[in-house]
Amino acid sequence: MSSITSLIQGCALTARGGIDMVALVNVVDSFRRFFDGDVWYSFRRNPLVILATLAALVGIIGAAFAPWIAPHNPFDLKTLNLLDAFSPPAWTELGKPQFWLGTDDQGRDVLSTIMHGSRVSLVVGICAVFLSMVVGITLGLISGYVGGSVDAFIMRVADIQLSFPAILIALLIDGVARAVIGKEHHDQVAVYVLIFAIAASGWVQYARTVRGSTLVERNKEYVQAAQVIGRRSLAIMFSHVLPNVMGPVFVLATLHVGTAIITEATLSFLGVGVPPTQPSLGTLIRVGNDFLFSGEWWITVFPGLALVILVLSINIIGDWLRDALNPKLR
Amino acid sequence: MLAFIIRRLLQSILVMLAVSFIAFSLFNFTGDPVALMLPPEATQLDREEVRKTLGLDQPFYVQFAVFVQNALQGNFGISLRLGRPVSQLLIERLPATLELATTAAALGLLIGIPLGIYTALKRESWTSNLLLTGSLIGVSLPNFLIGIFLILIFAVWLGWLPSFGRGEVTQLGLWSTGFLTESGLKALVLPAITLGFYPVTLFMRLVRAQMLEVLRADYIKFARARGLTNNAVYFGHALKNTLVPVITIAGLQLGGLIAFAIITETVFQWPGMGLLFIQAVQFADIPVMAAYLCLIGFIFVSINLMVDVLYYIVDPRLRTDRAGGH
Repeated sequence: MSSITSLIQGCALTARGGIDMVALVNVVDSFRRFFDGDVWYSFRRNPLVILATLAALVGIIGAAFAPWIAPHNPFDLKTLNLLDAFSPPAWTELGKPQFWLGTDDQGRDVLSTIMHGSRVSLVVGICAVFLSMVVGITLGLISGYVGGSVDAFIMRVADIQLSFPAILIALLIDGVARAVIGKEHHDQVAVYVLIFAIAASGWVQYARTVRGSTLVERNKEYVQAAQVIGRRSLAIMFSHVLPNVMGPVFVLATLHVGTAIITEATLSFLGVGVPPTQPSLGTLIRVGNDFLFSGEWWITVFPGLALVILVLSINIIGDWLRDALNPKLR
Repeated sequence: MLAFIIRRLLQSILVMLAVSFIAFSLFNFTGDPVALMLPPEATQLDREEVRKTLGLDQPFYVQFAVFVQNALQGNFGISLRLGRPVSQLLIERLPATLELATTAAALGLLIGIPLGIYTALKRESWTSNLLLTGSLIGVSLPNFLIGIFLILIFAVWLGWLPSFGRGEVTQLGLWSTGFLTESGLKALVLPAITLGFYPVTLFMRLVRAQMLEVLRADYIKFARARGLTNNAVYFGHALKNTLVPVITIAGLQLGGLIAFAIITETVFQWPGMGLLFIQAVQFADIPVMAAYLCLIGFIFVSINLMVDVLYYIVDPRLRTDRAGGH
């Protein structure tokens, strides 16, 4: 845990001061400590986690480089041919060899749409997690450090929100956004609304975790020392307390990426997520769902499998990280 | 005891007020209702007149009070999409959702708890490991995908069960039930499994974790030392103490299930409140959204309250703690 934090600190230092020899040594040192440490050891010893990491990497690389490595461009109307529509996967009798996983109703290659779709899913998921993390950490730090009625207020709001399922809150925010923005403009900002909705439904976990650790850190000597030399509260919160409460946050964030991707897919499946012009995995499943009854199962099943594999591998990594970083279980 | 209940009751009322305030402010997001109601050539005087009759000239807290008063009487206005009173729509849809959610909860308890006990008692067996791995996959599977896969296998490929709707329903006064007809029961199977999947995995993991913890306790060792049979130790002593937290989670889960039914209802075109709500979100039908929000809020808050009180009754330790002046 500490190795990761110092790694982050090291990176932050280099980013700030150009080539800084001390920081560079710090970073190298952090890396060495990371690879010598327990976390790396437990990673090497765990074949399931290695497999999950490989699967997640394949998914992420496939998504990130989709425009360059996807076999077809599903959004280039010129290359689409309606005669190719509904061709089943390549290994079946009627399959065409150039479309490994078959094609959808418009003749788009399913594998390529999956790659582009996971790109949208991952971007929305990661942005939402990042946003929720920033909001949650800030509120948690303030809540824990300032205490008193501010703390009581933030935690009350968190309690109330926590008693409602995240998906309901995200749906509600999306519905309100639709009412405020109006249908015609909604498609352009749908992705941002979605990120905001998912982020707003997830900040509570971070706030609670950070508040809990901040309450412990607040009374430690280094904080008192910083107070004595007259540093401002904000500076103490963000540059002294924050690095020491980040460990559990990383674990939460990893698991949250999985949840956020599911939430995004669910909202898109319900028809309130990203517009069909920019399909995510959820949208692809929704569109394919219409063809389930006519026997074209591959249009839904493959995006669904991609979603499951992506989320499952992220969850396995998160689960492992939680145990590996927990000193009690070592 | 009474003080505790009163305090929790006050808290619940506060939460309900907060929820209804959010629902109330939904209306203010949709723009000026007067502008929508009047023709463009209306004079300023006409506007003032309408504003007054609608009570919109009042300060917002008076408007809010009127909203709460109406809400308490079940009056949420008229659906923009369907042109019918919202309360009537919700009452029609409520039985479908409740039947689905309770069936799923029952599945969760009846399958999840025995599986949890089994995996805790037979820790090393390969079936336990299989079940645990399966439950991780279950948690990672989005609800709607389970539904789609079930439809694909049991409705499209095998043709055993219907894939949408509620089948034939029987009217019992206001309540329409699908429990009494064969087609109604058949239609319930796939949606209930879909919705029940998560509670099954959740209860299994929860009961297992609790059971493992309880089995390490001193009174279990003592029970064994007294020479009780395995079954008496497991089911007479361990299980009882395992189930306390399960009650809390079970209660909270029922509320969650009603909300999660939105997804299942969409997949199976199940004519419940969730489907009504999702259509309302797509059409920005604010009165329906506001009413659904208040209703779900009310269900959640009352379940939370009941669970807290129940917890208090079941677990005597809480009572002595409170008496100590916390």
